[in-house]
Amino acid sequence: MTPTDHAQRLQTRTAWLFVAPLLVILFAVAIWPLARTIFFAFTDAYLDDPANYGFVGFSNFVTVWEDTIFWRAVSNTLIFTVVSVAIETVLGLAIALLLHRAFFGRGLVRAAILVPWAMPMVVSTRIWDWMLNDQFGLINRILIDLGIIAKGIAWTADPTLLLGVVIFIDVWVTTPFMVLLILAGLQLIPEDLYEAAEISGVPPWKCFWSITLPLVAPAIGVAMLFRTLDALRMFDLSYVLAANNTNTMTMSIYARDQLISFQDLGVGSAASTWVFLIIGFIAILLVGLLRLDRSQH
Amino acid sequence: MASVTLKNVSKHFGIYDVIQNVDLDIADGEFMVFVGPSGCGKSTLLRLIAGLVPVSSGDVLIGGEKVTDVPASKRGISFVFQSYALYPHMNVSRNISFALETARIGKAEIAKRVDAIAKMLKIGHLLERRPRQLSGGQRQRVAIGRALVADPEVFLFDEPLSNLDADLRTEMRFEIAKLHANIKTTVIYVTHDQTEAMTLADRIVVLNHGRIEQTGTPRELYDRPSSRFVASFLGSPKMNFAPVSMAGGRLAGPGGFSYAPVLAAAAAPSEIGLRPEALALSRASAGGAIEGIFERMEDLGHEYLCYVRVGDGLIWTIRGNDTPPDFLPGSTVHILWRPQSLYLFDKEGARLDHGSMKSAAEGAA
Amino acid sequence: MAKRYSNATYRLIRRLKAAGLYAAVALVLVYILFPYYWAIVTSTKSAQAIYGFSLLPSLDFSNYAQLFTNRVFMGALVNSIAVAFASTLIALVIGVLAAYGFGRLHFSAGRYLLIAVLMISVLPQVAVLSGMFEVIGWLRLYNSSGALVVSYLILTLPFTTWILTSFIRDLPVELEEAALIDGCSRLRILTHVLLPLMWPAIASTGLLAFILSWNEFLFALTFILTDENRTVPVAIGLLTGSSRYEVPYGLVMAASVTVTLPLLVLVLIFQRKIVAGLTTGAVKG
Repeated sequence: MTPTDHAQRLQTRTAWLFVAPLLVILFAVAIWPLARTIFFAFTDAYLDDPANYGFVGFSNFVTVWEDTIFWRAVSNTLIFTVVSVAIETVLGLAIALLLHRAFFGRGLVRAAILVPWAMPMVVSTRIWDWMLNDQFGLINRILIDLGIIAKGIAWTADPTLLLGVVIFIDVWVTTPFMVLLILAGLQLIPEDLYEAAEISGVPPWKCFWSITLPLVAPAIGVAMLFRTLDALRMFDLSYVLAANNTNTMTMSIYARDQLISFQDLGVGSAASTWVFLIIGFIAILLVGLLRLDRSQH
Repeated sequence: MASVTLKNVSKHFGIYDVIQNVDLDIADGEFMVFVGPSGCGKSTLLRLIAGLVPVSSGDVLIGGEKVTDVPASKRGISFVFQSYALYPHMNVSRNISFALETARIGKAEIAKRVDAIAKMLKIGHLLERRPRQLSGGQRQRVAIGRALVADPEVFLFDEPLSNLDADLRTEMRFEIAKLHANIKTTVIYVTHDQTEAMTLADRIVVLNHGRIEQTGTPRELYDRPSSRFVASFLGSPKMNFAPVSMAGGRLAGPGGFSYAPVLAAAAAPSEIGLRPEALALSRASAGGAIEGIFERMEDLGHEYLCYVRVGDGLIWTIRGNDTPPDFLPGSTVHILWRPQSLYLFDKEGARLDHGSMKSAAEGAA
Repeated sequence: MAKRYSNATYRLIRRLKAAGLYAAVALVLVYILFPYYWAIVTSTKSAQAIYGFSLLPSLDFSNYAQLFTNRVFMGALVNSIAVAFASTLIALVIGVLAAYGFGRLHFSAGRYLLIAVLMISVLPQVAVLSGMFEVIGWLRLYNSSGALVVSYLILTLPFTTWILTSFIRDLPVELEEAALIDGCSRLRILTHVLLPLMWPAIASTGLLAFILSWNEFLFALTFILTDENRTVPVAIGLLTGSSRYEVPYGLVMAASVTVTLPLLVLVLIFQRKIVAGLTTGAVKG
């Protein structure tokens, strides 16, 4: 049914009306603040007196660029992102395959799996913080009882271990989310493909490698994309665990720190803009990769 | 030797008995068809033989060896699925040869086998295409090709033609029959279409609610159905039925039906059956004819079908291929029949022999 | 025929595989659920018992008593509920309207706008922090729940819009066509024809948006300065004793359990719809 020109114009106008509130509000809470942040990056304003400022060109950006702590934060964030997304993808795939095969209790497990996701990251962090406590934490107790170590490890006090702890906690919280997304992709694969392969005598590893993996790859790709963009923005976990400790500081923590701790609107905004650019660049890269992959199929 | 034997096989899912105590012997090289209405368990039975579903009790034997717990890949069978189950991300050539990739056969040998199969099924020009670029009939051939390349001892088909158009079905039926003549493997074929069953089978198994109603050649099942169920399932248009009562050795039924059959001692017929092609219509009454009201005539070109109302609400179909009659709707007509074509059923649905029907050599008139 | 082992062996293999499968599933369940169980156990232990390692809850509810008499915490609960509720409500209303526009009405800019909405949902929160300070200050909402209701829209709005758009697209077109022929206005179609069908989707989307708002930390930490206006995640995050070694873990665990239990119950009830909502968005993306 092709609407006439008049009908199409009417529909277009109505559509704009329905979408208008959304656009107005999103402009007000997202686009405008983002633009202002970038604007302030070029000024020397301070948070206590934002109306008073002068333009300083790119010097704020240079200040951030030259700050070793900024680069520490960037490297922390990148390491965190790469490692946790990798672990979450592999573990998520493994658990999804498990749930896909298991008939009974699948509903129960799917419900249970939402538990870590539904909790505030703060709560998960504090629970694991408690479990990893060097004197009274359960983990250390179990390790000592198993004879693996002699004395409790100060997981959250040892600077070399901190980033690892952050990754560990994030894996616990987020793997279930990956499981759900990958499971949805697995469930789209028709069961009789596997029956046909089974009857032809194809061994299980080859079924996985040549049937499952290629067909679930799009779902995994999307899940990895979302997870990566989320991980690059991480704030709560590191902050609650170790506040401004440079071993776990993420880009977001750094930017906020400049803004709040130093009250420096100019430099803080520049840092925020850098974060935005880095994440934007990586996002475009990944989407491009995904699109390329899809067009090949 | 690739005979297939089922010994007292049962299958239940929870409290549902899907297959109940099935005993069956299929000879090597035979084309056996499982037929029955939806939900009768024919696909389940096929999957039990294939090993895709484990039995609840009983034994499955292939080639004389017990394979009841042996996994599907080790039973020497091939399976063609109703939905073809082609790997969507592989081309036709790989779909056919996929299983051979782990079989330690060289690439040259694999290519040779694929080419041979492609030639036999006339899909050589499609080898580079993906399944989504193929028509239904082509996908069907690829599915058959994939099953063939495994060189199976038993070939299983699960309603392979249900998803095809009518013309394509006829063509593919012919192809499958030709294939069987060529490779001479044992074939077990599941369908709900009685035409496919009648035309392809060496022998047919009619299933009803998980039990075997009757096993036999198409002709046996058509001419001498063991039950009302089989009688009404095979044959198109369906057999006509009417309830009758027995009094003093004489059967009385709607439309003035009256007949005194020669019966075995305890036999108590409660229903009669007559096939549409065994009937004729006449304006005038003749001895023993059934009276009814003429409803409608459908002229199909190569044959005609007449619908006559007999008794309350009972509509009988009469089939003929001479000159179509010109009765007026609403006029009284008489249905002529012969005792040799009469089927008698008791109230459990079992068919009863009677004098004129005893000889197996005489078929429907 | 390639049969290699006896039927009995194959039966055994099949049973071992099934046992292994369910053992693995049990392991996964322990990994996922045990920490939360441990939090519950810890929260019911007295201050002394915490330093023991018994795995069973000791049914000492003194931590909870302490929690519920703590004015800051109770206030935080109220604040969180109010903020999450308000933000979710606004996001749902506006989201449904927008979803109808994107999902049903065809206009050429629609596809690009939808992608723009998606891009907003992956914006890092810090990127809008400076500008948001200005907006909040300008609206004089600094250090009030209003600041959070406004700023949370950047999270909840794209989310509800995206998910509700996919849901609306899945509804049958015939219903609307019938209503259009009868002369209904578009708004009426939305409220009287589509909304009744969408209640389950709206409920679960609302729940998800509620959880998003409830769990938010960065804005709540930055825009709220005084204890009486805090929200729960920040309250729990800042719950410390005077030194590192005096963290009142029992209390922290009690707070954690209190804050999450109602959420979990709701999530478990709606789990099917929630999973559908989350995965629809991703799969269609």
